[in-house]
Parts: sequence; C-alpha cells; structure tokens
Amino acid sequence: MSYRFSPESESRLNKLLEMFPDKRSVILPGLYLLQKELGYVDREGMEALAEKIGSPISLAQIYGVATFYTLYNKKPVGKFHIQICGTSSCYMRGNDKLEKHLCSKLGIETGGTTPDKKFTLEEVECLGACGYAPMVQINETYYENLTFEKMDQILKDLN
Amino acid sequence: MAEMKILTKYIDDPRSNELEFYESVHGYDGMKKALQMAPEEIVDVVKKSGLRGRGGAGFPTGLKWSFIPKDIPKPKYLICNADEGEPGTFKDRKLIENLPHQIIEGMIIGAKAIGANKGFFYIRGEFNKGIDSMQKAIDEAYAKGYLGKNIQGSGFDFDLVLYAGAGAYICGEETALINSLEGRRGHPRLKPPFPAVSGLYRCPTVVNNVETFSTVPHIIDKGADWYSKIGTEKSPGTRLFSVSGHVKRPGVYEIPLGTPLMDLINDLCGGMLDDMPLKAVIPGGSSVPILTAEECKTANMDFESMAAHKTMLGSGAVIVIGEGTDLVETTYRFARFYAHESCGQCTPCREGTHWVRDLLHKIREGEGTSADLDLILSLSRNMEGGTTICPLSDACVGAVRPTILKFKHEFEARLKDKSAQQPAGTGV
Repeated sequence: MSYRFSPESESRLNKLLEMFPDKRSVILPGLYLLQKELGYVDREGMEALAEKIGSPISLAQIYGVATFYTLYNKKPVGKFHIQICGTSSCYMRGNDKLEKHLCSKLGIETGGTTPDKKFTLEEVECLGACGYAPMVQINETYYENLTFEKMDQILKDLN
Repeated sequence: MAEMKILTKYIDDPRSNELEFYESVHGYDGMKKALQMAPEEIVDVVKKSGLRGRGGAGFPTGLKWSFIPKDIPKPKYLICNADEGEPGTFKDRKLIENLPHQIIEGMIIGAKAIGANKGFFYIRGEFNKGIDSMQKAIDEAYAKGYLGKNIQGSGFDFDLVLYAGAGAYICGEETALINSLEGRRGHPRLKPPFPAVSGLYRCPTVVNNVETFSTVPHIIDKGADWYSKIGTEKSPGTRLFSVSGHVKRPGVYEIPLGTPLMDLINDLCGGMLDDMPLKAVIPGGSSVPILTAEECKTANMDFESMAAHKTMLGSGAVIVIGEGTDLVETTYRFARFYAHESCGQCTPCREGTHWVRDLLHKIREGEGTSADLDLILSLSRNMEGGTTICPLSDACVGAVRPTILKFKHEFEARLKDKSAQQPAGTGV
C-alpha cells in the first residue's frame, strides 16, 4: 500500500509547492516532513513525495538526494537518537570518554540501538557547538558542556 | 582588554530575539534609511566601509553586490548562508538564535542594493533552535510590514523564505548551497559562470554569510567612515571569533580586527585551561594552517597578519590546543571530517581525502612507516591549487600538511610505537 502523508504535512507540502519558483526545491523539506512522520525516509514515502511534487521529479531523483544528506535516516532509529560529535574540538574536551561512558550505560556499541528500540547511539561529524564541548544532539535538542553526571541525568529523564 | 560589541551588544539580553526589543535599541533604523537610498548608494557605502565577507573567503561585500547585472529581465535572488559547520566554528549560530532580526534587516538592505525581491535563509538543518528563532522573527517581520509587499511604503517588495539544509558541510560552499536549494545533491558548480551572473534557478544571485548581513545595518546606520576606522586599514571592523579547545572560557567574542591573538586567549578567554602550556592554535577553522605557540606570540587577528604567518582568518574559529594534546589524533579526526564531507565529484578530493584519512589512521594505530608520512605530503600536493571544483580538498590539505610539517617529531614518534599516544586532553 502506498504511503499517505498526514493532513498537516499534506497542507505544508502544498504551501511549499507555492513558495519556490521551481518545485524541485520541495524535495529537501519534503524529505524532512517524511522523516518527522516516520522517523526515517523509506521507499514508499519517497514514492509518495515524488507523486506529490509531480513530473518531472521521479523517485530516483528523490532517492539520489536523500542518500546524499546525512540528516535523513535511511533506516529506523531508536526513539531517542543520540548523536555524539566526534570532531577534534569535542575530542579535545573528552568526547571519546563520554562516548565510552554512553556505550557502557546503554549496553551497545556506537552505531547500535538498544534492544527495546529506545536509544540509538551514533558518532557524527561537527555539530557546530565546538565551544560547548563535549556535546550530544538527542533528536532535535543540543545538550552541551556535558559531564558524566549530566549525561546520566539526561538519560534518566528521557527514560 | 574588553570586547568591542557592535553586532553582539544585546546578544545576552533574554529578549534579544524579539522584534519589540530589537526596535527599542534602534533595530531596523538602518533598513529605514536604506529604503530611502538608491541601490547604487547602498552598494557604495558598503564598498567604502571596507567590509569583507565573514564566511571564510574574506571577499569585499560591496564589490560582490556590484557584480549583479542591472538591466536584465531575470529575477535576482539574495541568499543568507547559515550552513555553519566547519570544525571550530559556532559564531553564526549565536547570531541566528539570539539576534535574528539583525540578520533579516541586513538581508532587506542587501536585497534593496541588488534589486532582489526574493531571498532565502539557508540554515543548517541541525540548528533546530535557530530554525525556530528565525522563523518566528520572519513571521514577526511580515506582520510588522518589514517583509512582503511595499515595505514601509517605499515601493520595495521583499519576500524571505527559510530553507533548512540536511547535514552536508559542503553546502556551505555557495554553489553547492545553490544546488541544494534547488533540491539537488550539494555538488559545487564550476565557476564561471559566477552566481552573480547565473546562480539560483540560473538567475543573478548573491550569497553572504550570517555575520556579514548582521554587520550591514550598522554600516548603513552609522556610516562607512565610522566603520572603516575600526580595526586595521585592510581589515576594517570588528569580527566574531568562536574560541574552542583548551581555554578557561570558550565562547564567541567580538573584537576589532587586528587584536593580538594572545590577548584574545589570555584576557577574554581567561587563559589556558588548568593553566596548561600552549602548544598550538588553529586560528581560522580547521582548514587553515596551524600556528605553533611561538608563532602565536606575534600573530594578530586580521587578514594581513595571518597572511604574514602563512595562515588565514578563515571562518573566525580559533581552536586552542594545550600541551599534552595528541596532534596525530586531532589531525586524523580533521582528515576524517573532510573525507566524510567530500561530495565525491572530483577525483583528487574523493580519493585524496579518504587516502589521507586512511594513512593517518594507520599512523595513529602505530602501524605506519616513514613512507606513509612521505606519501601524505606527496599526495596532498595533488589535492590543492585548483585541481578540484571547490576548495574542500585544499581545506583537507590545510588541516593536515602544516601540522605534519610543524610537529613532525610527534608523527615520527608514532610511526612504530602506539604507546607514544598522548592523552585526549581535559574535559568531561
């Protein structure tokens, strides 16, 4: 069965289609809406987006865009997607120690998801918070200047 | 020394992002003035101020605006580049979250100057707080009649659309950003044609950084002479520097260009974390050549002094590195960043960045040989100087080669001995 956007996303997409001189520009925000609904972007959703934007945009073009950008999850992630910044400024302030701590607390390796599908842990490149390192992004929120204690409290609150 | 706050004067006020507050501190005065000026007049004031783009390349802003052809029937577009993502850089995010109206005001002035009736605010997709702050400010500006049709009865129309990127660092390069805004992969385009002639939707386009737009209202409001007297002759004005690494008070600081680097570190940032000795500083984002502690003593934060030290001011990101930091590890992590972010269009970049990363990984693991080190230095020469469409490949070289050359002993010590690894530094 083909994917159907929610009425809210449908109306947002209609507005977006009016906003740009070329409707191809709707691909990125459209993929974002899809991810907001599903937690990731899948083939059926991308097909629905291609249909919504209409000719000449095809599934192949949308797939080609989705795979280029790291913000779109190409497979399901846990309810809380923890992305730890691994670039050098964060490394200099102990991101590697924090990452080990997170792995041990969650009982998973980096890149993994807890068996209850609650947490996915990933190391990512620069998140633009270098002065407030170490930091993680969990879903849409930045948590900065972290210590083991602060991190434990955040996990506890999310649980 | 103290900061010289022009753009950031009200950044710490809890209401700084609200229209009412912004207006109460002379916000939108520059726009009101610009709406009464001829486009050429605005371009002239910005040219005379000497403002150079704050995104990294340092190209004169007024000159960039003047490249837009005047008498062609195509629409013109204005884009704010808020896709901040170079390791070490986090200054624009502060402006976006706390002073969105200042950016909008700068964009309206820029739009009037080049004759654009539509603009896009391209913001990095991870900046969710910034996206909310900017969208709220855009809505407020529309409600007040600062955006939309016939702004303030001037007869000038300008619509502004927020567009979120999706996690690709390369989209900070202006032509890749344009491709991304057109719903394509963020692949940089060959220049020429330059965006001023053929940019977004093949129309004349100007792309400027967040900090550049934030500066413009002050220049229009207070005049080019006032602005050009701040800083140095060739680098006028103030600049925001984002300081990270081993300092007591990392953060964003606004200082006049020409300020000694060590004053920034010792006075504003409170000196070195845990009073550790200074080992090195990367003065302008991860892509610029590193300075040794000795070189830092004579370096000033302006375009000329940095050029004299064979490095650059880049994106204004100062990464301070304390003694005891493992430079093999930090350099590997920078190379890993560039390998991850290469768009893959050009062979020297696609293959080179990955190759450099792999060789550094081998050395980091204590499994390298001196031939590997020589190979990095040799192949990096084929990755720079115009062999690729955009400068990402050059950026990788800038992050790697000068560090190897200036701290060769550290890399050599690691060639066959993993135990030469130094601790990660202080934190957590």
